[in-house]
Amino acid sequence: MARKRIIFSGSGGQGVITASVILAEAAVLYEGLNAVQTQVYGPEARGGATRADVIIDTKEIRYPKVDQPNVLICLTQEAYNKFSPLIRPGGLLLVDSHFVTLARKVDARQVAVNMYETVMKEIGRPVVFNVCVLGTLIGLEKIVRSESLLKVLERRIPSDLLDLNRKAFDLGLELAAKQD
Amino acid sequence: MVEKNIRFVQGNEACVEGALYAGLNFFAGYPITPSTEIAELLSLRLPQKGGKFIQMEDEIASMCAIVGASLTGLKAMTATSGPGFSLKQEAIGYAVMAEIPCVIVNVQRGGPSTGLPTKVSQGDIMQARWGTHGDHAIVALTASNHQDVFKITVEAFNIAETFRTPVILLFDEVVGHMREKLVIPEPGEIPLVERLRTSVPEGTDYHPYLPREDGRLPMSDFGGVHRYNVTGLMHDMWGFPTDNPKVAYGLMRHLIDKIEGHVQDMTHAKEFFLDDAECIFISYGSAARSALHVVENRRARGERLGLLELQTLWPFPADYVRERCEHAKYIIVVEMNMGQVLQEVRKAVDDPEKVFLANSIDGTFITPTKIRNILRVIQGKGV
Repeated sequence: MARKRIIFSGSGGQGVITASVILAEAAVLYEGLNAVQTQVYGPEARGGATRADVIIDTKEIRYPKVDQPNVLICLTQEAYNKFSPLIRPGGLLLVDSHFVTLARKVDARQVAVNMYETVMKEIGRPVVFNVCVLGTLIGLEKIVRSESLLKVLERRIPSDLLDLNRKAFDLGLELAAKQD
Repeated sequence: MVEKNIRFVQGNEACVEGALYAGLNFFAGYPITPSTEIAELLSLRLPQKGGKFIQMEDEIASMCAIVGASLTGLKAMTATSGPGFSLKQEAIGYAVMAEIPCVIVNVQRGGPSTGLPTKVSQGDIMQARWGTHGDHAIVALTASNHQDVFKITVEAFNIAETFRTPVILLFDEVVGHMREKLVIPEPGEIPLVERLRTSVPEGTDYHPYLPREDGRLPMSDFGGVHRYNVTGLMHDMWGFPTDNPKVAYGLMRHLIDKIEGHVQDMTHAKEFFLDDAECIFISYGSAARSALHVVENRRARGERLGLLELQTLWPFPADYVRERCEHAKYIIVVEMNMGQVLQEVRKAVDDPEKVFLANSIDGTFITPTKIRNILRVIQGKGV
């Protein structure tokens, strides 16, 4: 497979780092791939700009950061303004339409999806927003199999919250299916 | 497809797994970014295996606690970052002088002072060497990926036990917080050095500081069957203070020679494409990943680059570095500080003029692009 370079960006508390970890863990534990996940964040627990990088490859990964992503996810306007110029030609730029207004043309597939509002309407719990983002992402670009991601969710998430997360993931898949 | 014992973890967790594999049974610490996960995980894992975890009131107390715990026969470790590492220096010196095996993890962040808590740096290389006062030798190890973090952590405990010395693990924020694959070795796959205990029976005169023929000093669990003295003062073979020049000289030689005389045994390094390399990068810790990225990319285009990745920083393997770099036209030390290992490399090689620095000191991780730009300047290709 070609090397996948993914940046998740947003603000602290949105679950950006957790989403990146779930994706990378699915690749390593259930697809036999190599993955490296790193993050950059400030000292704050909430708020502040957050960015997590994931590289997935069959080969060994040395430099662990992403300079130019094939896949870029922006969950705040600030993140979009800052990182959208980095996207590789032909890549996928996924934003949440509640938080981000598309402001520029990029040489990539730019998709604004109403993930946050759908989660709030259908589930009412912002805590599973990041899992919905993962569902949308996998729906748009099959980086790993859905089953692999669900296995990670089963491992990491307390059983009483698992159904909520599965629902959020499925919502994401449905939202992705509605895109062209 | 899925290997056994495979995990997707942070470097800090790889260190924890390595320490537990090595037989860690006592941890005292005071949490500090970017090392906190080590304490956090051990607070869960150590009690599960019957070990002890204590969160102390500060870093000084944490260091003192592991010194005491080790004396009683436990394998002990603490973990911190730059500011806490500064505080531990006095007790590290005590562990050097009193020859107490222990492991100190420093997950480096930007400094000086509280510096850049969440950002990467490798600025404590010289602090590891000379942070505590007085002439002494020290062991400091590092690694760039999680499999190696695991192995080198086990090695830290093995060296600590073999040579009765504190061993410093100098990781950095990127390795500490990065997540990647770790395959946990089966028990027995990596040999472990256990505490060498004295065979002197109870009631017989035991000399805690009288080395055997092979230089090793069998220990007796403090508070057990032997009464003996432990001090930071110069001491005789019973552990009692003395200012006798002959004894002081003998002890100084012993403390330094037991480390410096075993440089070869303690040298851990990885070599990538060195045989025909015109330009050799010397790097360590997370910075070595960027250097290797450049080497592999440029090799594919026919450039004769190589990487010497150091895992043992102290005692500095000067002879080894000189030998491996003998035929290189230039050497570029890649590190995230103002050239702390650079100076050691310059001292080690025949021609210090051919040693250059590619560094990053602003809290950002050193990129392959930055290394390539410096390489181009050195090669006379312009910026």
